[in-house]
Amino acid sequence: MEANGGDSSAIVRELKELKLQKAELEHRISALEAKLQDTAALERSVAVSNGCSVVPKASGTIENGLEHGLSPDEIYRYSRQLLLPSFGVEAQSNLLKSSVLVIGAGGLGSPALLYLAACGLGRLGIIDHDVVELNNMHRQIIHTEAFIGHPKVKSAAAACRSINSTIKIDEYVEALRTSNALEILSQYDIIVDATDNPPSRYMISDCCVLLGKPLVSGAALGMEGQLTVYNHKGGPCYRCLFPTPPPTTACQRCSDSGVLGVVPGVIGCLQALETIKLASLVGEPLSERMLLFDALSARIRIVKIRGRSSQCTVCGDNSSFNKQQFRDFDYEDFTQFPLFAGPLNLLPQESRINSKEFKEILERKQQHVLLDVRPAHHYKIVSLPDSLNIPLANLEARLDELTSALKEKQEGHASTGSCTNPCIYVVCRRGNDSQRAVEYLRDWGFDSAKDIIGGLEAWAADVNPNFPTY
Amino acid sequence: MQLTLEFGGGLELLCDSEKIHKVNVDLPNGVEELTMKDLLSWVRTNVIKERPEMFIKGDTVRPGVLVLVNDCDWELSGQLETTIEDKDVIVFISTLHGG
Repeated sequence: MEANGGDSSAIVRELKELKLQKAELEHRISALEAKLQDTAALERSVAVSNGCSVVPKASGTIENGLEHGLSPDEIYRYSRQLLLPSFGVEAQSNLLKSSVLVIGAGGLGSPALLYLAACGLGRLGIIDHDVVELNNMHRQIIHTEAFIGHPKVKSAAAACRSINSTIKIDEYVEALRTSNALEILSQYDIIVDATDNPPSRYMISDCCVLLGKPLVSGAALGMEGQLTVYNHKGGPCYRCLFPTPPPTTACQRCSDSGVLGVVPGVIGCLQALETIKLASLVGEPLSERMLLFDALSARIRIVKIRGRSSQCTVCGDNSSFNKQQFRDFDYEDFTQFPLFAGPLNLLPQESRINSKEFKEILERKQQHVLLDVRPAHHYKIVSLPDSLNIPLANLEARLDELTSALKEKQEGHASTGSCTNPCIYVVCRRGNDSQRAVEYLRDWGFDSAKDIIGGLEAWAADVNPNFPTY
Repeated sequence: MQLTLEFGGGLELLCDSEKIHKVNVDLPNGVEELTMKDLLSWVRTNVIKERPEMFIKGDTVRPGVLVLVNDCDWELSGQLETTIEDKDVIVFISTLHGG
């Protein structure tokens, strides 16, 4: 088994490398094909304009009355949009001159980027600090398995280029921070917020106000999505709507609460649509209105929201908020929400054990109760054998179940002649809730309670690599 | 008066995971108009089943909750002073941050 395990991991590694090489080759092929088409088009246009005795421009654009500046290839590529009376060549020409920055190449950013690359923007910026993971794939449809473990920006840029090699793509493999936001955002006409946390949302909105950029903002969680355009032609900014950040308990991440893949997909597509409207100057932007999407009941509601607030601390009449204040502003402190979730450290060392120590306890058949404090629907996905599930939220109401489990173990133990009391070990998914539970249990007099550091993720990483993570 | 209350963005979890509540609210004695202020305290008492602090802070909704009266932000109709009429639809929605 051991040897087989080693072999298969080598094969998986080699497969991964080959797939990556394949993706890179495909990208090079598509770039070369596009180049060939360009060259052919240039030769054609030279021939055409020679026939009309007009001197061709080096760029390949025919200068025989085509004021919109589209090349023959662009006319052909975008013809289905040019044929739309409400869009047409003028809108396409505006689009080709515009630049858009998409912040976040995740669930919202994936479809937004695909459509923005396809529709023919001039320049598309992508910023994200994260790498592609297997549990992203169900919703972050821009990424392919070959890119697992690689930066999302690299993966997204490769996908965009393979769809449209004629647009310029800027890659930023970094986190957006107050130190780089002004410089990066200032290079684009329109900003798309496809992030997943409150501090980023406040930071991006404030930065857009300072730079005078419209902001296409989308959000999705579970089965619901929301969409609006901020800071557009006198419309409200994010702070006009939400001057005070919500309590952290009201801010859920998709990685904790879950999300149906297509829900951010719908919102991300609508973000691309609003961006295209802004960039091409067609239609009526979703400013001072908000779209609320409820996937489960199949309801979309568009509501009227307040305009710009004269009292707003950032875009209001008496605001003195400037670029220096922005650079110094602590958005994590303001929202009480970490930009990058790190492990919690609530308990003293003696109240904790690591997963390897817990494995030894199991091997020694030491009497204990293993309490799993994850929500019941998490417990159903996977759990350790012989564990008791009481979700943290119900712990107080269900303490009697823990007491009777302890009693049972103690009685079973008494018959074998040993005299030590059984310990309580508490586990959760990542080792945060288990600490909260232990703190609480110790307050209630369960002095033997200890948490398993790093939760089931650590168990999978350090003890049993075959244990499923999610 | 008959009202439709809707909860979204996770606020439905505070009221038995029911999103839509058709309710009948009687005017308090000696009062001729129902305002959003009255309705909020009625909702807190009669609809919210758990963690009321996730819905109310002070005498208004907690930060991050949008209130819509007939699909219109209550900021545009007078916030707590907005008067409610029979058959109105009031939506409470928590802002989402995920993506």
